[in-house]
Amino acid sequence: MTTRGIPAFTRRVTDQAETLVKKVGGGSLRESLRRRGRAVRTLGRGFVISLPYAWLLAFFLVPFIIVLKIALSEADIAQPPYTPLWEWVEGQYLNIKINLGNFAFLIQDSLYLNAYLNSVKVALISTVICLIIGYPMAYGIARARPAKRTILLMLVILPFWTSFLIRVYAWIGILKNNGLINNLLMWLGVIDSPIVMLQTDFAVYLGIVYSYLPFMILPLYANLEKLDETLLEAAYDLGCRPATAFIRVTLPLSMPGIIAGSMLVFIPAVGEFVIPALLGAPDTLMIGRILWDEFFGNRDWPVASAVAIALLLLLVIPIVFFQHTQARSGEAES
Amino acid sequence: MPSFTSFSTFEPWKDPGQTPYVRLERVTKKFGDFVAVNDVSLDIYRQELFCLLGASGCGKSTLLRMLAGFEEPTSGRILIDGMDMADTPPYERPVNMMFQSYALFPHMTVTQNVAFGLKQEKLSRSDIRSRVKEMLELVKLDRFAERKPHQLSGGQRQRVALARSLIKRPKLLLLDEPLAALDKKLREHTQFELMNIQEQLGVTFIVVTHDQQEAMTLATRIGVMDEGYIAQVGTPTEIYEFPASRFVADFIGSVNIFEGSITEDEPDHVTIRMRDQEADIYVDHGVNAPPDARVWAAVRPEKIHITRNRPEQSANVIEGTVKEVAYMGDFSIYLVGLEGDRTIRVTQPNLRRGDPERITWDEHVFLHWLPSSIVVLTE
Repeated sequence: MTTRGIPAFTRRVTDQAETLVKKVGGGSLRESLRRRGRAVRTLGRGFVISLPYAWLLAFFLVPFIIVLKIALSEADIAQPPYTPLWEWVEGQYLNIKINLGNFAFLIQDSLYLNAYLNSVKVALISTVICLIIGYPMAYGIARARPAKRTILLMLVILPFWTSFLIRVYAWIGILKNNGLINNLLMWLGVIDSPIVMLQTDFAVYLGIVYSYLPFMILPLYANLEKLDETLLEAAYDLGCRPATAFIRVTLPLSMPGIIAGSMLVFIPAVGEFVIPALLGAPDTLMIGRILWDEFFGNRDWPVASAVAIALLLLLVIPIVFFQHTQARSGEAES
Repeated sequence: MPSFTSFSTFEPWKDPGQTPYVRLERVTKKFGDFVAVNDVSLDIYRQELFCLLGASGCGKSTLLRMLAGFEEPTSGRILIDGMDMADTPPYERPVNMMFQSYALFPHMTVTQNVAFGLKQEKLSRSDIRSRVKEMLELVKLDRFAERKPHQLSGGQRQRVALARSLIKRPKLLLLDEPLAALDKKLREHTQFELMNIQEQLGVTFIVVTHDQQEAMTLATRIGVMDEGYIAQVGTPTEIYEFPASRFVADFIGSVNIFEGSITEDEPDHVTIRMRDQEADIYVDHGVNAPPDARVWAAVRPEKIHITRNRPEQSANVIEGTVKEVAYMGDFSIYLVGLEGDRTIRVTQPNLRRGDPERITWDEHVFLHWLPSSIVVLTE
């Protein structure tokens, strides 16, 4: 889009230049000007494309390399707390020491694998719950009248105006033994002793679903809002009951929204630290928590970095693969 | 059967022994304060090709959607094959619809789109396959069976939509502006194809259109709609030659309308004095109007003759000057200015090639017509 104005502009400039050249009786300046215009255009396009690459390079690749470097070193009681990857010995030997022990350690100690699997399990279940709750909500918003729709969308986004941390802390107040729910139930006489909710898996799921629900609703809404209602009418017209029409028309057509929403919930939920730390039991095994403990408890930066890199690879590779196949089937369609 | 040879014999609406297949009884539909369909009563017979014709927003699509079951009438009854449709949801009606936007399922191939309706009927797979194949051959799409809708041209999509709506062999097919998205050549071709298919399958068609040419070509009868009302129901010839009101006369084709009052009212003829012209109109049939009533005399442009010399008749003649000539190839349109800033539209067939005698700009001319060419309208 940005470059679209340029060709027209260059053409105008070349035309003007050419008439000028004709007036003074010069040769064909047009060709050289056109070549220059093309060069400018290529440069402009290159600049626009390079911006996101520069961003990714500075804020993703460089930190990743730093973390990778730490992961390949050994823990040390020093400042910083790991051994350097390379050093000069006697002023002439470059001594490179790569330690793969941290990664080996991750495989040997079942703690890490269990924590990873548990994280994936928690994230997966949370994603499914978010989908089950979020889909009807997104559908309802997409089908509401435009004025009402704006209000409903505002309500979905509203929690973002409060700090995430404060909202999670608020759940402690609601869930704890002498918290809002237990006090209310006891006052009503439904229960005699408080139900333990805080520091359970239930609280972790509740926290994650509560926090990430908008990330499921918004892409689903964006998708469902575009859904042409006459397609459903066509399905009814051809003998579909509403439930069948939903399964055979709405659901397949909203697949991109389901995938986008699930990605947005699943990926951050796997590495989630704050919610299990605040709402979960102390023994809740989640990879984010392990990371925290390794970094700040054990001060073992290399192992922590290895965990981070393993997590990244285990998450990124399946997603990239998935998107690749998606893109390919998308290409085949168009 | 509506075909060219038997056209005149297919007139079930004239036969009191026939029961209508679709019956609308005083159907009204309101959206809030807006009355989309206003007290419409209509009988449509088996194997008819009925066109609902009207400008956009006249309520014709709403009427169609009520027949399909997507909208509930605010009041009145809809009967299909004698059954009241009030509590019948769209998926249980013996009706299929072809949507204006075609509404093809974008995630399904042509075959899957066409098979969709049959799959809901729990037919065996081989039955579905053979019927889909048959239908795709009928609409000449067998070569495109595995394509997705976005890989098809507008005309091909239109035929997929038609095939999909016909596959369940409905007794009644509703078509919402079926040809609107096609270009002129393709539209004319498809009109005849539609008529052929309708003849082959013996389905009752109700077609909504804003295109009078389309309605004229397709329909056994036309219902002209205006702001929710049915202004007139009749065969294309009736609608064109015997319009019931100024609205219908004006909406279908072009027409010249003279306002006047009846000066001589006999059972076999009427004389009308034009209000703004020094001329009389003589009509060779009686008119059902109170004496001294305001009436409108309508005459179609092609029924007016244009000459340089004064014709012998005394009535049905007016003088004027040619203001515009538009050459259309097969005919020419003349706009003739009269006294009092009136303009009359006249069309003349171009019978001679490169006629040197042709009447042209600024000529003084006489316009005249036969006493039988006039339609007298009282509303």
